[in-house]
Order: sequence, then C-alpha cells, then structure tokens
Amino acid sequence: MKKKMFSKIMSVLSAMTIGISLTACGSEPTASDSDTVKVGLLHSLTGSMAISEKSVRDAEVLAIEEINSAGGVLGKQIKYVEEDGASEPSTFATKAEKLIDSEKVATIFGCWTSSSRKAVKPIVEDYNALLWYPVQYEGMESSKNIIYTGAAPNQQIVPAIEYLIEQGYTKFFLLGSDYVFPRTANMIINAQLKNAGLEVVGEEYADMDQTDFSAIISKIESAKPEVIINTLNGTGNVSFFKQMSEKNYTSDDYMTMSFSIAEEEVATIGANILQGHLVSWNYYQTTETDKNTAFVDAYKAKYGNDRVTSDPAEAAYDAVYLWKEACEKANSFEVGDVVSAIEKGDISFDAPEGTVTINGENHHLSKPVRIGEVGTDGLIHEIYATEAVEPDPYLTTYDWAVSAGIQPLE
Amino acid sequence: MEQFVNTLFNGISLSSIILLTSIGLAITFGLMRVINMAHGEFIMIGAYMTYVVQEIFYRFVPSGFQDIYYFIAIPVAFLVTFMLGSLMEKFVISRLYGREIDSLLATWGISLILQQTARSIFGTQGVNVNAPSFLKGGITIGGCTFSYNRLFIILMVALCLFCVWFIMYKSNFGKQMRAVMQNRTMAQCMGINSRRVDNITFSIGSGLAGIAGCSIALLGSIDSTVGQSYIVNSFMAVVLGGVGKLLGTVIGSVIIGSASIFTENYTSSTIAKAIVLLIVIIFLQKRPQGLFVIKSRNLDE
Repeated sequence: MKKKMFSKIMSVLSAMTIGISLTACGSEPTASDSDTVKVGLLHSLTGSMAISEKSVRDAEVLAIEEINSAGGVLGKQIKYVEEDGASEPSTFATKAEKLIDSEKVATIFGCWTSSSRKAVKPIVEDYNALLWYPVQYEGMESSKNIIYTGAAPNQQIVPAIEYLIEQGYTKFFLLGSDYVFPRTANMIINAQLKNAGLEVVGEEYADMDQTDFSAIISKIESAKPEVIINTLNGTGNVSFFKQMSEKNYTSDDYMTMSFSIAEEEVATIGANILQGHLVSWNYYQTTETDKNTAFVDAYKAKYGNDRVTSDPAEAAYDAVYLWKEACEKANSFEVGDVVSAIEKGDISFDAPEGTVTINGENHHLSKPVRIGEVGTDGLIHEIYATEAVEPDPYLTTYDWAVSAGIQPLE
Repeated sequence: MEQFVNTLFNGISLSSIILLTSIGLAITFGLMRVINMAHGEFIMIGAYMTYVVQEIFYRFVPSGFQDIYYFIAIPVAFLVTFMLGSLMEKFVISRLYGREIDSLLATWGISLILQQTARSIFGTQGVNVNAPSFLKGGITIGGCTFSYNRLFIILMVALCLFCVWFIMYKSNFGKQMRAVMQNRTMAQCMGINSRRVDNITFSIGSGLAGIAGCSIALLGSIDSTVGQSYIVNSFMAVVLGGVGKLLGTVIGSVIIGSASIFTENYTSSTIAKAIVLLIVIIFLQKRPQGLFVIKSRNLDE
C-alpha cells in the first residue's frame, strides 16, 4: 500500500517536472529572440577552397564578438549559425536556403569563389535576403540583395595592369583556374592590353584540383612572357609556384602578378618561393593605419600569433561592421529597411584599409588600391597605392571596356 | 628538340607519380580484388606523416641535420600506413571478402572518416612540406631543366617496383601470396595461413600508398583531400593495365601519364582530362580485361 502511494506521488511529481521543463522550452526561443539576432556564416570549411575561406570566416567571427562585447547591434547580441559550403556551388545554394528558410537569419556573410556567389545569388533574390560577399571578384554583377565588400575589377585588376604597363612590361601570359573569375578577369585584361597595343602571348586555364603543372609550365617557357598574370585559386597556387621553383625560376625570370594570393597563401606556399612576386589588393597586414594595428592585434590574440590577416579577411571584418552600421541607420533588421538605408549611400566604416563607403547604386565599396611585393618575412609590402577609388563593376567609365563590349559570363 | 625532351620528361615524371600512387592499388585491387576507396586517404596520411616528421625535426634537431628528416619520413609513412592497413584489413575488409560492392561502400566510409580526422587534427588549411635542400631546384642540361625532386620520384618508383617485384616473385612470402590469390582453397590445403597472407598483402599495398604520399608532398600542398586528386588516375592505370599484373600497371600509368601531358600540350588541361578518359573508355570497350591478362584455368575468367 505504502509502495503504491509512493509511486503515485512520484508519477505526479515527474509529470509536473516534465510539464515545467516543457513550458520552459516553449518560452525560451521568444526570450532569446528579444535580445539576440541571428546571422548566417556560409563558407567552405572543407574542400579545395577551405585553405582560403577559413581566414574569412575567422575575421567575421572576430567582428561579431567585438560588436557583441561592445553592446551588440540595436541592443541585441549577434548569434551566428555556421554552415559548410564544402567548395561546391550546389552545396552553397542548399545551405543558403537552409540558413534563410529554416534558420531565419537576418543576413548571411559568405562565399568566396564567384561560382559559389552565383549559386547563392538567385536564392537571396528569391527570398529577398541579404548576402555580404567579402572577396575581390570579376565584376559585371550587381544585385539588390548582395553587398560586395571586396574589390570590383577597377579597384584591383585594372589598376594592377596599368601599373605593369607603366613599369614597361610588354609580353603578358594569362594563367587561371577554370571558372568564372579568371575567365572574366582575363577577358577584361585582354581588352585592356589590346587597347594599350600590348601582346598576350598565352592564356591557360588549370582545373580547380590540378596538381601537375608541368605541361602549363612548358607552355609558359615556349611563350617567353615577361610577366604572368596569375588568377589561380586555392591549392593550385601552391603546386604552380612549387613546380616553378623546382625549375629554378624566380621572380627575375618570370614576374607574376597574382590576384588571389594574400598573406595566408604566402604562408602556405613559402616566402622563399614567392619573394619578389607582385600582388594587387586593397589591404595588407602591413598597411599603416591605427585601425589596422588594432585589427591585427585582435586577430592574432584570438587565433594565435602565427596567423596572418589578409585582404579578404579584412573585407569580411568590414562587412560585419557595415551591416551593423546599416541596421542602426535603418533602426531595423528587416532586409528591406537595411537595403534602403544602404541605398542612401552614406553607410561607411573606418576600416583597417582606410575609410570605406558603400556605393548606394551598385552595392560595392569605394576603397584604395595597393600593389604589393612579397617580402622575405612572408608579409606583403606596399610599393604603390592610390586614393579611394569609386567602384565601377561594369567598367562603364573605361572607353576600352565599353568599346570591347565586355559582357558578363553566365 | 628542347621542347620535345621537356615534354618527354614531363610525361615520364607524371607517369612515375601515377605509378607510385597505383603500385599499392595494384596489390590491393589488382591482386586481392578489394576496391579500396580509402587508398587515397592512405596517400594523404603518408603526406601528413612527412609533414609531422619535418615539424619534429625543425623543433628538436640542430639545423645542420634537418635535411635528413625526409629519409626518416619515408619509413615512418610506410610503417604508419602499413599498420593502419593491417588494422583495416583485420576489422573491416576481412569480413567482406567476395562482397565487392559492400567493401567499396565500407572503405568509402572509412575514407570519409579519415578525411575528417585529418581535418580535426591538422585543420582545414593546407600544410606545406619543404623539400630537403638537396632536392630543391633542378639541373639544367642543354636548355632543359630537370627538377631534382621529380628525378627523385622516378628513382623512388623504380625502387618500389623492384621491392614489390622481389617480394612477389622471388621471396617465399610472395610465392604464398600468389598461391592464395590464385587458388585459396588449394593453398589452404597446402598449409598456408591464408588469413595472415591476406593481412600482410593488404598492409604492404597500404604502406606503398604511404610512400607515395611522402613523394607527392614535395609537389604541392597537403590537405585532407589531397588523396582524392590522385585516386582516379590510379584506378584507371590499374584497370587499363589489366587487373592483377604488375607490368600492366606500369604500362597503364605510362599511357595515362604521357597521354595527359601530350594532349595538354596541344589543348587545355580540362580538355586533356576528357581526352584521356575517352581513350580509356574506348580501350576498355575493345579490351575489357585490360592490357595484360593472367592465364588461368578458372572457369569464370
């Protein structure tokens, strides 16, 4: 009898605890919703692009944590949901849909390759969501639902070629990975060089996961260019430069101008192999601004002293702050409100690279251009710089580009 | 002429790399008929072992002696992958003999596990192996530069081939191995411990993948997916050469390696890949058993 009584009490008690915990669960999301805002991070953490995208993801997390400890955005703490794009454009598209549709994020920071951005673009447009894209790219694009915080071609490629022409280089070889960025970039470079009356002695594309570059190197040898315009991306860069150095080639034999080699890649390839080669970006770890000193210190303090900051990482860091600024100007997290605040054209941020402002018309940033040379210390040192350049993704202000009729590759 | 010598050397070099990654496969797939999808990951482990040995040397060995790390790395890579292969054979493969599709799925699962493990340990960033100083650069003869590490890889392939040939055809163990692979029941009747032979054979195949990893570490960066970029060519070389024959694998690798380089010289690398695959497909249509066939009195062969 006593036993029965006891078990009855127990069952009532347990029913009560279950009930209590259920109500607790039920009320939790609304409670957290009132003081946090969810954002999505969508980068390749695996696959051939992971080598590059990890640093971008880390910079975004750093910015989010800094903003949170300074009080958040509109009084809310940022909570990030992370998805792995796995270096596959189709995976990027599905994961973007997942972030928007089931995670209900306020915005997405993500992508690196143009193919991944082009896969995500229709998704963010259909759902009227917002994507912050942090990498320099080939241009020829502008979307209401994407903010491009990396360089447009007239802020990286065009000035770099102008610089090379000024330096007296006359024979160019174009080498790239086989996807949309290198192909469009080379189309622009071809038009620009033709206008300058200079010669392109060869144009080659390597597979994304190519490991053997000996055939391409022998094509370079027989074309005898003075400078190689390198738009290889991911692990291909390591194989290419390693295999060039096995043939005893240095920057004295073949100068290269790379658009996808930043500090991270220099560390992986090795400064002894890359020293003397040229790169073109808007930011280097060595860029001398007060904001940059603080950014580099914070990055190293969080991720370790051996880590380096890079242009895409900096652009990703800027993206989070620019989003915060836009939300605060709009006083809302709604994509429509944020975009109309951005389109007023006065969202700017005092970034490590200098002050950047979002252009309200084409959603790109105005930013300074810097040509750098890889040093023996593994860092990139600025050898030429411009004032902030207005973004012109369709190159409409360049006569040679307009007359060549450059069209986006789809 | 210069151009031709250069192309020839590039062809031989690529063939040697493919061959090095497929010798192990020639044993596990060719002889034992186990479709080991994790073979690429054994290559990756070999490459990472080279990196680990290099880092240990940089930390604990005076700078004058650091170059010898590479000679330590080769046996380390071999031993680690040998042991892993042995464990895998014991716990997974041995339960799936004769069920080729099942073992394909199981080993594919293992390959995913190994990739993720590598990512957890070494991170997603690719790591770099510095070639020892005597393998840096190349020797220039009459306008052609032959890089030392490619010459070294060719030498290494020759050495591995010789060892495998010696083990298979000259040693007592090789005799047992071939006996088991040709007629298991009969070999067992003669008192051969076929379980032990299976295990060691599979381990040797895996160990050779480790050595291959050691060599490809010199050519590019190492990340968790590095094995994947070599595995397709290796399988093609083994199938093309005729499953079960060492010489077949050698010729298969040479055909694929030189065909890639020669077609790439006149087209682009993407087209070259497609053309090589086309050649393999057409060839296997005409001769599905590959270049070389073992003469056998088995009814189903």
